[in-house]
This record gives sequence, structure tokens and C-alpha cells, in this order.
Amino acid sequence: MSIGKYEDLNEMQIDVLREVGNIGSGNATTALSSMVGKMIDIQVPKVEVLDFNAAIEAVGGPEKVIAGILIRINGDIDGMIMFLFEQNLISLIVQTFFGSAPQDIFSLNEAELSALNEMGNIMAGSYVNAISQLAGMTIDVEVPVMTIDMLGAIMSVPAIEMGEMGDKLLFIDNNMVIDQTCIDSKMLLLPTIDSLDNLLGKLGVA
Amino acid sequence: MGQKLIVGISDWKIGRGDDVLVTYALGSCIGTCLYDRTTGISGLSHIMLPDSTAIIDGHTTRMKFADTALPDMLEKMKAMGAMQGAIKAKIAGGAIMFQTSNSKFNIGQRNIEAVKAALQKLRIPIIAEDTGLNYGRTMTFWAENGAVEISSTVMGKKMI
Repeated sequence: MSIGKYEDLNEMQIDVLREVGNIGSGNATTALSSMVGKMIDIQVPKVEVLDFNAAIEAVGGPEKVIAGILIRINGDIDGMIMFLFEQNLISLIVQTFFGSAPQDIFSLNEAELSALNEMGNIMAGSYVNAISQLAGMTIDVEVPVMTIDMLGAIMSVPAIEMGEMGDKLLFIDNNMVIDQTCIDSKMLLLPTIDSLDNLLGKLGVA
Repeated sequence: MGQKLIVGISDWKIGRGDDVLVTYALGSCIGTCLYDRTTGISGLSHIMLPDSTAIIDGHTTRMKFADTALPDMLEKMKAMGAMQGAIKAKIAGGAIMFQTSNSKFNIGQRNIEAVKAALQKLRIPIIAEDTGLNYGRTMTFWAENGAVEISSTVMGKKMI
């Protein structure tokens, strides 16, 4: 069956997407853990199909200030990976690379910003590698781009690019956990509708 | 007591009197305030995309596109008694949130152009704007006097 809109997905397909998120984010988190030398876990991913406003509420609310790292992916899956990093995770990463944590999210210098960007690059590569091995797919990862701003403005980018044909977004949402505390930093995988058929077909649940 | 009317993404609402209309965190999207100073009837729209004509299937809202949302909102304002000739516009948004070399993704600029074209077609002058650049904006619009505040994380607050 061809998926015409995100709401058409059945339970089994949602379960498979959740597992894709689990494997991808597990691998990405392992990469992050080994870079910062700290045990980082992920919660069981959620597969959300929500209208734009509800999607933004679900990841923290429109005016929450956060770092967004966007990585476009194409090939057997088209879409985006979006990392949403909170202050505490940014501090941890910056501290690891530079020895001292930044004062706040707006005082990051060029070197610190590019270290975060590189972290996004490594994590996105790990995420995508795990999925492509799983399903024998070829997926290319573009260079990450980063901004620090209101969550609503950041999420308008996937909403615009993915949401042209409908009024909903599909995303696989992973919360990160450090030392048993959920740190509210997230990894989102946002596939386009057109590439879902291909992904689900390769995984045997089209 | 006026109400605080929250305008979501792909949405528009109309207020009057001492209502306050707010739309949060415009990125590449555009917020358009239409204000009729004679009646105080005020509309705020939050569009995501420039043009509805390429969208062939009908399961998406007209409030999402510049070319459909703005005429619809104006129609509703006029039905409530707004005077076409007295309506002025203020617009904000249309940022590039993520700088890339690929211009295909500069939807912000296309949205700005589409909103301006739609307003010109409706013969509504734009008296203030805060558009483009690379940051998100929250827009607050007071129906009692047409004042519009833009707030952003990098630039703080300003009135337009």
C-alpha cells in the first residue's frame, strides 16, 4: 500500500519506525557517549504524527530557546535529522573539547559552535549508518547547519519542507538521559512521505 | 476584558476592541497584521508557504498559503464590518533559519515576496515590516491601536 499521508501508517509500520529510531539513535548516542566520556542513554523512542502546532508543543513549546542542528539526508530515505540540544548538553560537549563550559547558549564562540556542529555531524553519520546497515540502504548525509533560536522558528523549517502536501509532521523522537536524568535534548528523524514507502518496503512492511 | 488570541502555524484569527493577537516564533513563515483603524477590526495570519496552486490534493488548509490565507482573512474582516480602504498591513518573518548554500531552501524570501504580492492584489498598503535575516520572531498585535511588537531572542523587543 502506498502511503499518501502520514496518518495512513498502520500500527505495525509505526512499530517498525520506532525500531528504526531506536537503532539509529542508539548508535548516535554511543558516538556521543564515547566523545564526551559519559554514559548517555536514550529513552524508548516515540513515533509522532502531529499537526505542526502540536508537534512544536511536543518537543518543548514555540518560545523555548534551544540549539538546533539540521542535517538533510537523501537517498533511500529523504528527509532530515534534527538535533535539539539544551544548554546542559551543550555545556557538557563544550567542556569536553575546550576544558570549560560556556556562560550561556548565546556566548558560544566560533570554535565552540563548530565543535557542536561536528558533534552533530558524527552523530548523524552514526544514526544513518545504523539504519542503512539494517535495511541495506544507501543514505547520504549533508553537511550540518546550526542555529540557536526559538524552537518554533527552528521547527518551522521541517514543517515547511515536509509539510507541503499535508498538515502534519511525522517524527521519531528520542530523549537523551545522562545519569538517570532526562536532559530534554532530542534527536528527531523526519522522513518525507515519499521516502516512507521505500523505507517500509525495504523493511518488509510496506 | 479583551482576549488573548493565539494564532498557530497555518492559522488566522480576528480580534477587535482590546483583544491582543499573538503568533509565536515565526521562522521562515510570515505573520501579517491587518488593521482597520476606523472599526478596530484586526486580523493576524501566520502562513508557511507562498503558493497554493502547486498543491493538487485538497487535504491541506487554505490558511497555510499566502495566496489563499490573506484574501480569506480580509473577506472575513469585511464581513464583520471592516472598511477595505482603511486597512493597513504590518508584516514580519521570512527569515533564513539555517544558512545553506542551496538557495532552493530560501523559502523565507519567497514567502516575503508572496505576501507582498497578495497584499498588493488586495490593494492593502504595507506600513511597516521586519523581515528576512536569520532569526525567529514572535509577533504581538494590539487591536485597540494597531501597535505591533516584535520580539526575538537575539534582538530583544521592538515596536513596528
